[in-house]
Amino acid sequence: MPNDYLLSLPILAAAGWSVLLIILEAMLSRAALTRVFAMLGFALVGGLSVIGFPLQGLAFSEMLRIGGFQHFANIIFCLSGLLVVALSEKYLDDENVHYGEYYIVAFISVVGMMLLAAAANMAILFIGLEMMSIALYVLAGLMRRDVRSNEAAMKYFLLGAFASGLLLYGISLIYGATGELALHKIAIAIQTGSASMLFWIGFGLLITGFLFKISAVPFHQWTPDVYDGSPTPAAAFMSTGAKAAAFSALIVVVTNFSTLLQNSPTWSLVISSIALATMVVGNIAALAQENLKRMLAYSSVAHAGYMLVGIAAATPDGYSGIMFYTLVYTLMNIGAFGVVALLESKENLLLASDYAGLFKHRPMLAGAMAVFMLSLAGVPPLGGFIGKYKVFAAAVDAKLTWLALAGVLASAVSAYYYLRVVYFMFMRDPVGEAISAPATSSLAFALIAVAVVLLGVFPTEILRITDAALKFAQLPTQTGF
Amino acid sequence: MQYLAVFFLAMELAHRVALGVVMITVIILSVVLTVWSERRVAAFIQHRVGPNRVGPFGLLQPFADVMKLLFKEDVVPSSANRFYHVLAPMISLFAAMTTVAVVPFANGIAIADVNVGMLYILAITSLGVYGLTIAGWASNNKYSLLGGLRSSAQMISYELAMGLSVVSVIVLADSLNMTNIVESQTANPLYWNCFRNFLGFVCFTVAAFAECNRAPFDLPEAEQELVGGYNTEFGAMKFAMFFLAEYANMIVASMVIVTLFLGGYQVPFWSEAPWFVQVGAFAAKTVLMIFVFIWVRWSVPRFKYSQLMNLGWKSLLPLALLNLLLVAAGVLLLGGK
Amino acid sequence: MDVSGILFVFLGAQIIVATVGTVWSRNPVTSALFLVLNFFALGGLYLLLEAQFIAVVQVIVYAGAIMVLFLFTIMLLNLDNERALAEKFDLRKGFAVLLGGVLLVELLYIIGLKTPIPIKQTALTTVQLGEAKYIGRELLTNFLFPFEIVSILLLLAVVGAIVLAKKNFTTSPKS
Repeated sequence: MPNDYLLSLPILAAAGWSVLLIILEAMLSRAALTRVFAMLGFALVGGLSVIGFPLQGLAFSEMLRIGGFQHFANIIFCLSGLLVVALSEKYLDDENVHYGEYYIVAFISVVGMMLLAAAANMAILFIGLEMMSIALYVLAGLMRRDVRSNEAAMKYFLLGAFASGLLLYGISLIYGATGELALHKIAIAIQTGSASMLFWIGFGLLITGFLFKISAVPFHQWTPDVYDGSPTPAAAFMSTGAKAAAFSALIVVVTNFSTLLQNSPTWSLVISSIALATMVVGNIAALAQENLKRMLAYSSVAHAGYMLVGIAAATPDGYSGIMFYTLVYTLMNIGAFGVVALLESKENLLLASDYAGLFKHRPMLAGAMAVFMLSLAGVPPLGGFIGKYKVFAAAVDAKLTWLALAGVLASAVSAYYYLRVVYFMFMRDPVGEAISAPATSSLAFALIAVAVVLLGVFPTEILRITDAALKFAQLPTQTGF
Repeated sequence: MQYLAVFFLAMELAHRVALGVVMITVIILSVVLTVWSERRVAAFIQHRVGPNRVGPFGLLQPFADVMKLLFKEDVVPSSANRFYHVLAPMISLFAAMTTVAVVPFANGIAIADVNVGMLYILAITSLGVYGLTIAGWASNNKYSLLGGLRSSAQMISYELAMGLSVVSVIVLADSLNMTNIVESQTANPLYWNCFRNFLGFVCFTVAAFAECNRAPFDLPEAEQELVGGYNTEFGAMKFAMFFLAEYANMIVASMVIVTLFLGGYQVPFWSEAPWFVQVGAFAAKTVLMIFVFIWVRWSVPRFKYSQLMNLGWKSLLPLALLNLLLVAAGVLLLGGK
Repeated sequence: MDVSGILFVFLGAQIIVATVGTVWSRNPVTSALFLVLNFFALGGLYLLLEAQFIAVVQVIVYAGAIMVLFLFTIMLLNLDNERALAEKFDLRKGFAVLLGGVLLVELLYIIGLKTPIPIKQTALTTVQLGEAKYIGRELLTNFLFPFEIVSILLLLAVVGAIVLAKKNFTTSPKS
């Protein structure tokens, strides 16, 4: 049994590093320096998670559950944070909001995400969720002179606070029904007794809180407005890191209760219908969007739907697929948002038609963007295709063929709006003057694009890791894996 | 048997109520005395005579003032919110009066010797803010509003330093119960918290001055800028209630300081003193503290608002934190008492 | 009915009245004060459960600190344009009422089911459980990690509030 501190070293290091960042910013107030240190911190924490990958166990009086799953999730969060921080500088400078605090808040948000993935107790679950969300509210409202940014922050905050309230209410009902706060003890309490109505309502409220964070369909209305108004890098962060964290927490909760949920046809039906609705609504709404940020927002709703298919499948394969999916999604979506942020100069070139002829001016950037779009659409052999394939295959195995079929159809619809951007970039002649962008960042996007391609061509290595990660996840023994 | 139990319960209740009534009377009478002594001491400090016409040494002067206020017309400004205008002084007085419930006057003599006595005091004082804030708002007068906001900002700011110095006392006594806190200081004055925990004593006293809105922290009623502050629009008995609350606050604050830092009812070097001697010792110490309150008011000039906030947040709060750290380290190293 | 039963009914009624008052009153100050009343009654309920410490902390934190800041904001914004706050009844509101009603029925149904609520058996009496000492020990042993990590959350809230609210927030010199 490894020591508590050793086991939770990435989380502790991240928490300590965030304090260091605050001190650094307070003493020197150099945003550029804070940025470098934030990136160092992400690299450090990610590195610690890689080194500590085989470690597993419960830490701090069974508050944290650490295993391969948590380490893998940490790596995704750090990757998301690192890329977002790396790509934000120019955008923030242009908008004149280049505060060092931006990096601090983003860093603490990642600490919250790590807590969410590592929660073995509902207290940690709530603290992690709040830490992540409060940081995101601040990031959404960063452009204080911009009305839309204010609106985004306000909407996100009000709805987010409401969702947190539901989640907390759910936690209190579950505690009332079982007398326990630790997830694995709740699972045992339910197995020995039987799940009461009180527990089910609490559980429903808990899941609702998470569904809000991943913008699943009845709770998705905030997404386009918030992504549209927020600083674009922050929107990239919300759609990748935060979504990955909410999914990790969802997987942790669902696997804890898997025996109960597998025997419940209602649960399967409810989560499948939510997945279906999310895919359909997200894709159809995205079709109608001219504004790229809003299009990406609805696309992120749709992708949440695809990932939910994995939850509905409720098998290790499905969860492993979700983990792979979040990794690919983090790369491709940050790439797409990053390109949008780069080109979104003060004139707000945000429409798909503004990208006309981009290939002629900046072939590398246009090429990278094309890779991201195709990958988001799920075109083989890119990373996005493998992610979808994995979750849909898991659904078919779990006898949810209709859901997988609906997912495939929805992806086919989505190809239209992703390919439209590609069409404008490559097939149209540029209108007006050329879009200017620094050459160095093109290289960064090219690298991300290469990673997306590699994940599509050689997915087996990563898939082996995600499978292994789930085995290390220290899930309760009675779940059967 | 059951009836007997109910009877004992009723007796207990009656005993407490009686004690409460006695305490309220004592406080109101002491307010009267304090007002008189404030004017006399002020006069002494400023080399004047002070009120000396009504009764012996002018002792009946406060009663004459109360009579005057009683017969004045009770005016509510037409644009004010009538309900809150009436409610505000009541809240202030309520908060000032109820704090005394947990203060032990002698070993075993307290209205309610509850386990969380210290927290109760903090809770009730934090409610006193409402009286002033509502008074300022309900008057519908910009001076009142500013006065009300100022006083509540001030009270919130100083509550932190106060709370932290209270925590250091709790760490020393290992209890939240007021009687235990007094007992932990023993009859040896060297063990009283004002020596064991000097920094905490200073922080708490300064914060208590600010909480009572007393000079040099009496900005809420800075006449030059704000006319009368939050009570500009209050007259007659409602003004008298604010006045009463202010002085009651001062007396209760003195009692709390005595309990927490000056050994409470402990008589120096006489640990088994009979209860009336203990009450006497408590009263004597309280009078001393009240004198300090008056003394400071007439010797120290008023702060500027920025100075007040700087003192609260940048000096007192870190000092109280440091003190807590030192006290906790001391308890850890020396093993408590 | 014993004394605590009577007190429970009294406090419960007070909570309901205060809650309804919070939502219904047109004057924001009145709403805020009703909420204070609500917190008070809630503190009373904690006292009935022998949780003295939680009861007092409830009053200190919610009634004494948070609601004062609420009142502050209301007064500074001078939110007394009561008519602007009154909305018309529309479809969305109707939907909200419907959902609220469904939730109420569900809760009543659960209460009607009389689910036995498991009570953890401990060696301590309820009075001891409610003491500051016990809570403190629990916070620094079993709940040490959440207790400590919350400080990062609070730090974040402070930094975030300053970023969003500070006047003349300066950016660093461009790199």
